[in-house]
Amino acid sequence: MQVSRDMDAPKGLDAAQHEVHHGPASGLMRWVTTTNHKDIGSLYLWFSFLMFLTGGSMAMVIRAELFQPGLQLVEPQFFNQMTTVHGLVMVFGAVMPAFVGLANWMIPMMIGAPDMALPRMNNWSFWILPFAFAILLSSLFMEGGGPAFGWTFYAPLSTTYSGNSTALFVFSIHIMGISSIMGAINVIVTIFNLRAPGMTWMKLPLFVWTWLITAFLLIAVMPVLAGAVTMVLTDKYFGTDFFNAVGGGDPVMFQHIFWFFGHPEVYIMILPSFGIISAILPTFARKRLFGYASMVYATASIAGLSFVVWAHHMFTTGMPLFGELFFMYCTMLIAVPTGVKVFNWVATLWRGSISFEVPMLFALAFVVLFTIGGFSGLMLAITPADFQYHDTYFVVAHFHYVLVTGAIFSIMAAAYYWLPKWTGHMFDEGLAKLHFWCSLVSVNVLFFPMHFLGLAGMPRRIPDYALQFADLNKIVSIGGFAFGLSQLIFLWVVIKCIKGGTPAPAKPWEGAEGLEWEVPSPAPYHTFETPPEIKP
Amino acid sequence: MSSRRHQALGAWAVLAWCWPFTALADGYNMTRGVTDFSQRVYGLHMTIFWICCAIGAVVFGLLFYSLIRHRKSRGAKAANFHESTRVEILWTLIPFVILIAMAVPATKALVAGDDDGSGPADITVQVTGSQWKWHYQYLGTDVGFYSLLATLPDQITNRLDKGDNYLLEVDRPLVLPTDRNIRFVITSEDVIHSWWVPAFAVKKDAVPGFINQVQARIKEPGLYRGQCAELCGKDHGFMPIVVIAKTPAAFDDWLSAEQARLAAKKAEEQKLLAMNRSLDELMRDGKALYEARCAMCHQPNGEGLPGAIPALKGSAIATGDVHAHIDIVLNGKAGTAMQAFGKQLSLSELAAIITYERNAWGNSTGDAVQAADLHRFLSGDNP
Repeated sequence: MQVSRDMDAPKGLDAAQHEVHHGPASGLMRWVTTTNHKDIGSLYLWFSFLMFLTGGSMAMVIRAELFQPGLQLVEPQFFNQMTTVHGLVMVFGAVMPAFVGLANWMIPMMIGAPDMALPRMNNWSFWILPFAFAILLSSLFMEGGGPAFGWTFYAPLSTTYSGNSTALFVFSIHIMGISSIMGAINVIVTIFNLRAPGMTWMKLPLFVWTWLITAFLLIAVMPVLAGAVTMVLTDKYFGTDFFNAVGGGDPVMFQHIFWFFGHPEVYIMILPSFGIISAILPTFARKRLFGYASMVYATASIAGLSFVVWAHHMFTTGMPLFGELFFMYCTMLIAVPTGVKVFNWVATLWRGSISFEVPMLFALAFVVLFTIGGFSGLMLAITPADFQYHDTYFVVAHFHYVLVTGAIFSIMAAAYYWLPKWTGHMFDEGLAKLHFWCSLVSVNVLFFPMHFLGLAGMPRRIPDYALQFADLNKIVSIGGFAFGLSQLIFLWVVIKCIKGGTPAPAKPWEGAEGLEWEVPSPAPYHTFETPPEIKP
Repeated sequence: MSSRRHQALGAWAVLAWCWPFTALADGYNMTRGVTDFSQRVYGLHMTIFWICCAIGAVVFGLLFYSLIRHRKSRGAKAANFHESTRVEILWTLIPFVILIAMAVPATKALVAGDDDGSGPADITVQVTGSQWKWHYQYLGTDVGFYSLLATLPDQITNRLDKGDNYLLEVDRPLVLPTDRNIRFVITSEDVIHSWWVPAFAVKKDAVPGFINQVQARIKEPGLYRGQCAELCGKDHGFMPIVVIAKTPAAFDDWLSAEQARLAAKKAEEQKLLAMNRSLDELMRDGKALYEARCAMCHQPNGEGLPGAIPALKGSAIATGDVHAHIDIVLNGKAGTAMQAFGKQLSLSELAAIITYERNAWGNSTGDAVQAADLHRFLSGDNP
C-alpha cells in the first residue's frame, strides 16, 4: 500500500500554533471532556482492564470456594451473585469495551480518518459506562445482595423470585446497551464516510471489516436485550405477565428473546478478534494474508448464521423434533466459515518467514486454543449429545476457550502489537514473554480439565460438588489463581512501557502493513487532517 | 536450541497431548448409560470426538510444521502466494462433507430418541421440580412423594466427615422398573429446573406452566444418580436425583407395598387428629422437622437471610395470630420462595413445625398447635 503524503508539514498552520489550538487539554478535564479518538480509546482500554480485574476477582472467589468439596468461604446465595456478576462484568465490562477501545484507537488510523465521525457521542458512549457498572456493582452491597440468577437471567428466577437488586441490574444493562449502540453507530458512520480516498471496500484492513460487521450485529441485537430486560422489569414491578405462566405468559419465551440477542452477542465478542489475528499473523510471517476476500465473506456468513442458531442453547427446554434438527444443522454450518478462517490463517503461515515476537505468540495461541473451543462447540451442536453436555462444565470449558483463549488472548495480542504505536516505546520483551508463557500454561490448567468434569457429570453454577469431582476442581482452581496473578505482569509491562523504554520507530514490526505504521510513534494527537491518498 | 532440548520439548509435547486420553480412560468421560438412547449418544459423542481429534491433528500438524520449518531464524524466505480459489473452495467443501457425515448419525439418534408422547408407555411418572426438591407421582396410582437431599448440613459445612455419596443422596429415591417403557412428564411449581439422569441420557427442563415429556427404557437394575442442571436459585447445587431400577416383578411388589403403607399412614393420621400432644413433644418433633425442611431458608436460628428470606424469630407471623401462621405454612406465599407445605407434610408434622416456630428462639407464645387445629382450619371452621 502506497501513501503519498508529507507527514511533517501541517498545512496552513505552523506547528506551535497548531498545538495551542488542537492539543489535548491538561489535567483531569482532558479525560472527562475529550472527544479525541485516541484518548477515548485509552479510556475504554483502561476501563476494560479494570473490569477484567474486577470480574477476575469474582472468578477467584468462585474458584476458591470450589477448591475443595463443602462450603468454606461463601454462602450459596453469594456464590450465585459472584457467578452472575462475573459473567456480566466480563461480557459487558471487559471484552466488549476492550474491542471498542481498540476500534477507537485503530479504525481512524487504519482508514486514514482524522477522528471518529461523531466525537462528542464518542465521549458520551464511554462516560456512561462507568455509571452502568457502578450501579451494577453497588447492588452487591444491598440488603439481600446483587443479582443471583446467572448472566442469562432466566425468568421466572429473575422476575418473580429475584431480590430487589433486579431494578438496578436492569437499569445498568440498559445503560450498557445504549453505550454499545452509540459506539456501533460511530464505527459504522466512521467507516462509511471517513475512508481515505482510494481505500475501496476490498482494501479495508480486516480489523476494520470485522468491526463493521460487528457494529451491525450490535445495532441489530442490543435492542432485543433492552426489550428482554424491560419485560423483566415490568414483570417484576408492574404486574405484567410476559414470562409468568399463571398470567398467560411463557417462561420459555424469555429464553427465545434472550438467546436471539445472546447468540449474535457471542460473535460480537469474537469477530473483532478475527480481524486482529488477520493483522498480526501476516506481519510476523512476513507474508500477505491468505484469502483476504474469503475472510471477508466468511466473517459476513458467520454474522448472518448467528441469527438462526439461537435455540441451540435451548435443546433441553422441550423443543419439537423439527426445531431441534433445524437448529442443529444451522449450528453445524457455522463450522464451515469458521474452518475457512482457520485454514486461511494456517495457509498464511505456510512458507512464511516466521518470527515469534509477543503479539505473534498470543496470536498463535489464539489460533490453536480457539480451534479447540470450536471443536467443543461442534460437539455441543450435536443435539442428542448436547442433552448430556448441556449446563455442565463441558459448556463452561467450551465458552471459556472461546472467550478467554479466544477473545481475551486476541485483545492481549492487539495490545502488544500496537503498544509501541500508542506509547512511543517498545515494551519489555522479557517480561511480556513471561506474561505469555504464564498465561498460556495456567489458562489450560484452568479450563482443560473442565471438559472432563462436565463429561463426568458436574453441573455448572453449583457452589459445592460430589467427591468424585474433587481432584480436578483442585487443579482447575490452582490454574485459575495462576492465570489471575499472571495478568498483573501484563499491567506491569504496560505501565513500564508508558513510562519509558527504547523509543519505537514508526514501524516497529518488520512485516507490518497499514496506514497506522506510516505515522510516527507515538501517534500524534491528530493524525490525518488531510487524508492520505491510497494509490491502487 | 540444542537437539537434546528439542527432544525434551518433543517428549513433553507428546505427553501433554496424551494426557486427555489417559484421563478419558480413567472414567472422566461421558457415561455409556443403561438405555439404548444413552448408548447411542455415547457412540455419537465418541465419533465426533475422534473426528475433531483427526481434524485437529491435521490442522495443528501443518501449523506446527510451518512454525518449525518456516522460521525466519532458520533463514526461511517468505513465499509470495496469497490466494487460490481452488484451494479455498476445496476447504469449504471438505468440511461440508464431514459435517454431513456427522449429521446423519446425529439425526438418526435424535429421531429414534424423540418422544412426542404418542408412543406406548407402560408407566408414567410425573416429575415436579420446586425450590429445592423433586416430587414424584406415579400416575394412575395414589403413590407419590417428595425426594430431598439427604446429606447432613454439618457435612456440607465441614463439621462432619463427608460420605461416599456426598450431595448425591436423597431421603426417598425414585423407584422404576427395568424393561418397561417409562414416560416422564416433567413440570415445575416455581422456577425452571432441569431433571438430569446421565445414565438414561435424559435431561429435560421442568418449566412452570408447561409439561415436558421424555421416555426411557432401562436395561439393567441398579442405582443411578443425577442432579438438577438448571440454575434454580440458592440451593441449585443441592437438588440430587436418585433412581433405583428394579426388575418388573420387584417393582410391582414395591408399588403394592407402598400403596399398603400409604393406607396405613392415612389411618394413623386420623387417629392423631383426635389426640392432644404436649408442648414438649411437639417442640421435640418440630425441631427435627424444622431443621430438615425449613432451616435451609429460614436458617437454624430462625433469623432468615436479610433482604432475601424473612426472619421467623420475633416476627409478626410467628408470634401473632395463629391462624395467619397456619395459613402461610399450609398455603405458602405466592410470588416468593415460601412453598405450600400443606401437600408436602402430614397435619401432625405441620402442627409440630408451627408449634416449634411459635416457641423457639424466644418466640414464647406458649401455643401448642394440634393436628386437629389444622384440620379445622382446612375445613373452613375458623373461630
